[in-house]
Amino acid sequence: MYEFNFALVFASFDKLLLGAWLTIRLCCAAMLLGLIVSITCAWSKTSGPAPVRFVINIYVEVIRNTPFLVQIFFIFFGLPSLGLRFSPNEAALVALVVNFGAYGTEIIRAGIESISKGQVEAGTALGLSRLQIFRYIVMIPALRTVYPSLTSQFIYLMLTSSVVSVVSANDLAAAGNDLQSATFASFEVYVIITIMYLLMSIGFSGLFSTIGRISFKYPLSR
Amino acid sequence: MFRPFGWDEFVIIVMAAQWTIALSAIAFAGGAVGGLMIALARVSDFWPLRIAALGFIRIFQGTPLLMQLFLVFFGMNILGFGINPWVAASIALTLHASAFLGENWRGCIEAVPPGQREAATALGMRYYNRMRYIVLPQAGRIAVAPTVSFLVQLIKGTSLAAIIGFTELTRQGQIINNATFSPFMVFGTVAAIYFVLCWPLSLLAHRMEVNLSRATNR
Repeated sequence: MYEFNFALVFASFDKLLLGAWLTIRLCCAAMLLGLIVSITCAWSKTSGPAPVRFVINIYVEVIRNTPFLVQIFFIFFGLPSLGLRFSPNEAALVALVVNFGAYGTEIIRAGIESISKGQVEAGTALGLSRLQIFRYIVMIPALRTVYPSLTSQFIYLMLTSSVVSVVSANDLAAAGNDLQSATFASFEVYVIITIMYLLMSIGFSGLFSTIGRISFKYPLSR
Repeated sequence: MFRPFGWDEFVIIVMAAQWTIALSAIAFAGGAVGGLMIALARVSDFWPLRIAALGFIRIFQGTPLLMQLFLVFFGMNILGFGINPWVAASIALTLHASAFLGENWRGCIEAVPPGQREAATALGMRYYNRMRYIVLPQAGRIAVAPTVSFLVQLIKGTSLAAIIGFTELTRQGQIINNATFSPFMVFGTVAAIYFVLCWPLSLLAHRMEVNLSRATNR
């Protein structure tokens, strides 16, 4: 009969916490940078010139139809032959930003397209500048519409980020791999790691719905 | 010396796609059965069943697929079965697909207007006939598009089986890369094959979504 030994895992729990902290930092950074990428791409895709739209379409379709694991292999092992060399953690960040950017573009594009054209025309008629129209009439209402999809995409990003351990970035999953090879208590280690991921995703979705309730509470209709 | 990346290496990688397809097919078939059970449990009148199904979905949607693979892989060893990447990957991906399809299909079942179910009950139909002839056929029509787009996600998910040593497309790419050391070509090829597998499905899912929304908005 197998004897479970969770004490071994808890003896090095600080290392796991350190890994979890890197996972959180990595994902938050990837989300912020990815949001910039998504907003830029979504805006160009809805109102840019045809060649730009074409390039963005290729980017979005390629990323959405290939596995994250292959993307990170390509970035970490493939790009150095073009002279772009990343450390494991940098490669992880780049891969996550590129991945989140593609999904985010589609989500935000859907939000922008939900704004009716008359609103933008009303803004022009009121003499607002292009930047003001973009900010107040298009972007803020669009982001409010797609906020739930964006937050669930973030949770998905965090779960996907466990894959970056394969290029030896030292996130939570990698801390688990190290501990596993040091203690041979593989099952116990991964049970704890899985629970930590579960708690992180529950925590973040709670946090996001609180943020959403506070920041988007202006009235929708009068 | 490294051997160059030539036609033979390309063919080896392309041939490995069959294992990706096989694993996706197993997981999808298993996930369809599991997903139907989870979806029915989620809309059941018996609350412990509803709670259990909800817990199952929350756990599988809230944890990384990689960890699910590891847990099944090492858990099987503890239960006394040998370590077998085929079996472990199939079980883990089946459970994963069951949770996602279950949650997806629950939404589709709930989208069928409650009047349909009530009418069936009024006609004296019991649970089995009501589900089999009234609710599920209507839910199925709504479910096709999201199911196809989940299939894309599943095919991409099978790449993680490479990490537990299952030789499919990605793992074969790693092996060839170790022999030829031309990662740019190798992983470019691997990505292109995944793209060829997934893109038609994505387009199909998108077309079906558009058609369905046009049909229901009329």
